[in-house]
Amino acid sequence: MSSSTDWPLWEVFVRSRRGLSHTHAGSLHAPDAEMALRNARDLYTRRSEGVSIWVVPSTAITASSPDEKDSFFEPAGDKPYRHPTFYEIPDGVKHL
Amino acid sequence: MAAVTAHQTTQKTLGTANAAGGPGSTGAADATNAAVADHLAAFDAAVAADERIEPRDWMPDAYRATLIRQMAQHAHSEIIGMQPEANWITRAPSLRRKAILMAKVQDEAGHGLYLYSAAETLGTSREELLDKLHAGRQRYSSIFNYPTLTWADVGAIGWLVDGAAITNQVPLCRCSYGPYARAMVRICKEESFHQRQGYELLLALSRGTEAQHAMAQDAVNRWWWPSLMMFGPPDDASSHSEQSMAWKIKRHSNDELRRRFVDICVPQAEALGLELPDPDIRWNEELGSHDFGAIDWSEFQEVLKGNGPCNEQRITQRRRAHEEGAWVRDAAAAYAAKHAPAQTSPQTPTPTPAPAPAPASASAQTSASAQHVEETA
Repeated sequence: MSSSTDWPLWEVFVRSRRGLSHTHAGSLHAPDAEMALRNARDLYTRRSEGVSIWVVPSTAITASSPDEKDSFFEPAGDKPYRHPTFYEIPDGVKHL
Repeated sequence: MAAVTAHQTTQKTLGTANAAGGPGSTGAADATNAAVADHLAAFDAAVAADERIEPRDWMPDAYRATLIRQMAQHAHSEIIGMQPEANWITRAPSLRRKAILMAKVQDEAGHGLYLYSAAETLGTSREELLDKLHAGRQRYSSIFNYPTLTWADVGAIGWLVDGAAITNQVPLCRCSYGPYARAMVRICKEESFHQRQGYELLLALSRGTEAQHAMAQDAVNRWWWPSLMMFGPPDDASSHSEQSMAWKIKRHSNDELRRRFVDICVPQAEALGLELPDPDIRWNEELGSHDFGAIDWSEFQEVLKGNGPCNEQRITQRRRAHEEGAWVRDAAAAYAAKHAPAQTSPQTPTPTPAPAPAPASASAQTSASAQHVEETA
């Protein structure tokens, strides 16, 4: 490219069929959103893998940092009572 | 193909560590070295536990470099590999075969794009990768430096070349680097059609007229040995193998995969009614596997050096396609710039400085608040 810069990077999310959520499929370069959608169709749904596509500029994604994974996710670590298996129920009690 | 490719922060840290770790390092440098040692221990533990390394994780420089080299070579092979087969699209013998071949060549382009995207998560750019390919500074698989002389070659490529590629690639679906492994899962699913269409094509020729059968046999004769060379040098001469296996980028040795491929092909050749051009292939009861003849590694080295039948042609055509497509890329970029909404153009990202790492004692509320981290394209 004479402008010597890559087109922006887009993240592609594909809904494989109705009733399911969009799932990250991969990424691609495209000059604008419309072309990103078309490229995503050609690249990630060549075998009817999707019924709906989202493209998102990669720069628009805010991510948690792997360096702080312990402290960031710690609050959930000591709360086993959020899980149903935490509770003891007498044998024979049904529908619970 | 990972969503988030920011790793600059990590790289910066690493760069500092390397600089400070040299002669005359200070107490501060010792602390940084200790941090690197912690990172390395975490990395080694993740690999040992068969967990995946993701783009923003810390990783050794050599691991990153090895992956970029391998994934770039893999991506380049996919797009250079379009040429020998595209050579036959206009001359396919039926509309059915033409449609199949076009779909296959389009898949190869797609595979190249999956792999380029995956490689970019390691901090290289698409432009850099293509520049290096065009300058001859990164390789592609030597197999594509052989010519497709007849229609039967399209079948032999599908059966043998894609077959060898699948044997190589299936274990890569469990590669320690997440984006590479995910790209390989997608690729392996699609390669299966490539191999079967090639086999079916050869079968049709093999069962056809005498001349068609001879054409199929000739193609197999020419593609068999180069296909065996696709697994790379013998284990005792492979410079990268040992480290790659320790890092779980590679799961099996070159010779192991090559033998597996021969075992798969022998009965398939019988069913085709074609012979493999190696009189030394015979069943080894003890190993439960086939022995086969010696490979001419001098040919492999010559092709690798650039002296194969089509090296010059492939790279020249690749460069020309890139140059002649420049106006299309420029036009699309100009159109996008003209129609971009003023404030939200992804072409003018405003990087947010990475925040200082949250202290371990940070309150839950602080930790849970959104952390802005610099994303790089």
